Amino acid sequence: MANTGAQKSVKPAIEGWFTLDERAPHLIGSRCRACGNYFFPKESRSCRNPGCGASELEEVQLSARGRLWSYTNNCYAPPAPYVVTEPFEPYALAAVELEREQMVVLGQVVAGIGVEQLRTGMEMQLVLDTLFEDAESRTLVWKWRPAAEGASR
Amino acid sequence: MSAEVAILGVGMHPWGKWGRNFVEYGVAAARAALADAGLEWKDIQLVAGGDTMRNGYPGYVAGATFAQALGWTGCPVVSTYGACATGAQAINAARAQILAGLCDVALVVGADTAPKGFFAPQAGERSADPDWLRFRLLGATNPIYFGLYARRRMDVYGATQLDFAKVKVKNSRHGYNNPYARYKKAYTIEQVLESPIVSDPLRLLDICATSDGGAALVLSSMDYARRRTSDPVRIAAVSTVTPRYPNTILEMPNFATDSAVGVGLAETPFKDSIAKAAYEQCGLGPEDLSLAEVYDLSSALELDWYENIGLCPAGEAERLLRDGDTALGGRIPVNTSGGLGCFGEAVPAQAMAQVCELTWQLRGQAGERQVEGARVGLSINQGLFGHGSSVIVTRG
Repeated sequence: MANTGAQKSVKPAIEGWFTLDERAPHLIGSRCRACGNYFFPKESRSCRNPGCGASELEEVQLSARGRLWSYTNNCYAPPAPYVVTEPFEPYALAAVELEREQMVVLGQVVAGIGVEQLRTGMEMQLVLDTLFEDAESRTLVWKWRPAAEGASR
Repeated sequence: MSAEVAILGVGMHPWGKWGRNFVEYGVAAARAALADAGLEWKDIQLVAGGDTMRNGYPGYVAGATFAQALGWTGCPVVSTYGACATGAQAINAARAQILAGLCDVALVVGADTAPKGFFAPQAGERSADPDWLRFRLLGATNPIYFGLYARRRMDVYGATQLDFAKVKVKNSRHGYNNPYARYKKAYTIEQVLESPIVSDPLRLLDICATSDGGAALVLSSMDYARRRTSDPVRIAAVSTVTPRYPNTILEMPNFATDSAVGVGLAETPFKDSIAKAAYEQCGLGPEDLSLAEVYDLSSALELDWYENIGLCPAGEAERLLRDGDTALGGRIPVNTSGGLGCFGEAVPAQAMAQVCELTWQLRGQAGERQVEGARVGLSINQGLFGHGSSVIVTRG
């Protein structure tokens, strides 16, 4: 019997880069206990600030909101190892500046939001969404979407 | 300046999509550079190869591959890789050995056979490699990063897609008569603006293709050169700097920038620091340049480089372009070769090709592309993961 969407198992496209709470997801980064600098993806060796170099890094959840630094889109299907869902639909990508972390994080923009709906400086919200799926499972990745007023941080 | 080496010879194999073995292009370029220098292969005391990652094992050890193809002579070899900065790495390896007195004359060679379409990462499941993951998780092709920079220019500095088209049109006119360029076609603004969007706001004709090609240089000590020629073109500086922490511009293939928390912004952004290091090495500045070859992976990126190499303050590149300052006949012509817009990118050969063009210009051998009285030229680019690359050449 074929699985319906509701019964599909869900798995992250990569382990340990984001929390799996679909209502309030966060990217998982790390923070240096000595100098407070942040890293994404998580840095576990030692602090990369050359003025620090401490070895104690703690895992932290990054801000789920930020300001749009820039954006673009893929009008043509990217090459493998990207898994293309046919028929290919163009999709946008956003580089979002996180205020507390003072860093810019790249991600896809959710389907249905094109570049014409984006403006540099607008507030963006992190969500989890399907990267690709097959009959049995949905593979999740982080994406950005324009923030709704009053949504959680 | 004492820390100079001479460029005795330059040579290239025409860029194209020839589909032949990369070694063929490298050998053709090497023989052209040797002939240009008036030297024989057996005179060469060091061969420095620029590696290619897209042609199997011979590409990883390109120096030896080219040496074998030219015929073993027993001369020492280096093979270097720095992505788009590979050419500068190979040039600098040869330059350092010459300046250290380890050899008098060296051959530098780079060549590539490029695949069709988007550059894709190396095959296999490599979940610890950000260059693989950016494709897997985001579909973030190279044009995605170019598109982000272009949109940022539009929103921060008021650049337009028409400006980007003007860069393409300018470079296509420059490269029109270059026998080594792949695309010899003088595009119109309309043709550029009618080409399809690849990664908004960039169109197909704004983005450089991937090409086959080969370039080579013969470098020597100044003493060795003076025995052969009275006024050689000289390499006055090679910059190979890495970024300073924190690098707060999103760079290919990264998912995020460095964080500025607790460290503040770097005094000089990475792209600016590449040129700054080259200028400081030779005591020259942007006001001394006769021309520049900058890495126009996209037409919009050329505008960023104007500012990064100090031709104008940030936000004024469009004015320079609109005023015709960077076109042939203008105050400071940029990409007289036609740039990547006319060549497409043959990765390990490209930074060498930039220096070949500067050499022809400084010798007055650039034909219809000639910049009158050219005396100082700068080339610049950047390799994936933070490889700075800039060469300053002088004459007279």
